[in-house]
Amino acid sequence: MQPDRGRAARWAVYAAALTLAVLHQDFWLWSDRHLVFGFMPIGLAYHALFSLAAATMWALAVKFAWPTELEAWADAADDVPRQSPVEP
Amino acid sequence: MTPLVIVIIYLGLLLALGLVSSRFFRGTSRDFFVASHSIGPFLLLMSVFGTTMTAFALVGSTGKAYTNGIGVYGLMASSSGLVHAAVFFLIGIRLWAYGKKYGYVTQIQFFRDRFESNNLGYLLFPILVGLVIPYLLIGVVGAGKVIQPVTKGAFPSLFPHPKFAGGIPPWVTGLVICAVVLIYVFQGGSRGAAWANTFQTLVFMTMGVLAFVLIARQLGGAASATEAVLAKAPDHLAREGLITQRQFLSYLLIPLSVGMFPHLFQHWLTARSAKTFRLTVIAHPVFIMIVWVPTVLIGIWAVGHGIKAPPNAVLGATVARLVHNPIITGLVTAGILAAIMSSLDSQFLCLGTIFTNDVVLHRAGKGRYSDQQIILMARVFIIAVVAVTYGLAMLADKYEMPIFDLAIWSFSGYAALFPLVFAAVYWRRTTKAGAYASIIAAMAVWLYYFRASGWGGEYTVWGGVMPVALCFAAAAVALIVVSLATAPPSAATVEKFFPTAQKPEAAPSKAPVSA
Repeated sequence: MQPDRGRAARWAVYAAALTLAVLHQDFWLWSDRHLVFGFMPIGLAYHALFSLAAATMWALAVKFAWPTELEAWADAADDVPRQSPVEP
Repeated sequence: MTPLVIVIIYLGLLLALGLVSSRFFRGTSRDFFVASHSIGPFLLLMSVFGTTMTAFALVGSTGKAYTNGIGVYGLMASSSGLVHAAVFFLIGIRLWAYGKKYGYVTQIQFFRDRFESNNLGYLLFPILVGLVIPYLLIGVVGAGKVIQPVTKGAFPSLFPHPKFAGGIPPWVTGLVICAVVLIYVFQGGSRGAAWANTFQTLVFMTMGVLAFVLIARQLGGAASATEAVLAKAPDHLAREGLITQRQFLSYLLIPLSVGMFPHLFQHWLTARSAKTFRLTVIAHPVFIMIVWVPTVLIGIWAVGHGIKAPPNAVLGATVARLVHNPIITGLVTAGILAAIMSSLDSQFLCLGTIFTNDVVLHRAGKGRYSDQQIILMARVFIIAVVAVTYGLAMLADKYEMPIFDLAIWSFSGYAALFPLVFAAVYWRRTTKAGAYASIIAAMAVWLYYFRASGWGGEYTVWGGVMPVALCFAAAAVALIVVSLATAPPSAATVEKFFPTAQKPEAAPSKAPVSA
């Protein structure tokens, strides 16, 4: 992925995460007691769906905004002195 | 007796798993602490999920839904699905990369280097250890509370005290649980913990769903079960009157605590590669949903069907009253223990790791001790931590301390330290003085409200705002203001921790570390 596209994808992830954080505050369902599928309170169904939306958003983030350069950097240059007192 | 036999079989399987994992142990301290960075995607997902769920997953979620209704899911579960995955993606992968490149085993090693300060480690050590203690207590006390009612009447001559009604008392359960966890952690180190966590996560997820299906069937189906709630306790089907909007909003900060959990940092470092995180980031919100939706529904159904029990005993009481099957009771009990123990092992191991690396070896210097001596030191410290935890758990049980509220205080403390780790990996201008100011501000505000709460009770300010919001704000403001007012970190340190900014191919030089 091109660096510019990677940056754009990362900003898109931040925007999507922020949007989900706002959608998490579903004050419009605060006192709603309707049942979905006959057994699921709508406030619970909304948040279960929210969990699936979060998973989908993170799946897209993993596909389009993965920090590949960070992984390459971590794996490169094994000659870097180790800071940990335990054996390398 | 049947439920107890099933629990004993479950504990035996855990010990066997520890024995098998010990055959893969390479005998080095790096293998004991971070499994030689060999853990793959599935094991990482299961071990991270199992570690973050604790006794809250089955017992706490049902109990909180019983008292606070369905809003508990949004309060704790869907928020965690979003925030935990965000922390894994934004913080976890970066810390893994630093750990891989510079050989870090603990958070404190990273912070010492990043902020060019030895003493920062000595400030952080008691805070990280102190905050994990209440988290450990949930496990040990919770296990005792689960086993005693299940074994009621099984040992009338052995435990005749009326309080225990012939059931196994909490002090015995706590002792057995701690011993089993110690054995498999000693045998396999972090690999053993990851394997055990995977098994435990599978057990508690399956048992949660099984309990849900059987209870729904006994209540005439899910629709009929919820109709009873609508008739008898309709307030539990919404949030109005049970949870305030300010509480709901400020609770969103609590899952940030995973960014500073020392045991989670250690799990991240066990990953084979950064790609290993992908499955964890995606599946974590779904796994939370699979566990929490059924248990929250069981909690409100219990209200609708007039089941009377203390919140933490609602799941056990509902299973016992509605299912009438000792095998199922045993399996669900094993599931609850699995959720508890999958957190205890990582916490015990991490405390041994940070004491050995950040205190003993940091002072003694590199090369002073052999790998065998290092592992022995870690094991001795783990035993000491387990002994202290066990003693405190028995006191907490004796004085009926509110352990679930204590856990929220523990999470709040870690969440208040989140600005520190976020700035450490994203803001190169963060300074040593800014880091000190942030930690001190976070802990000062946290201690103030912790004291105001009566040392661990439920507490909110300004009509429902959780104290974590104020702790977090104080930490963030102190970090920004003091960092901007003090000299920036050395160029060598900036180059070392922000590789993509300039020359990622260059071998970073080691910054001088001062007090």
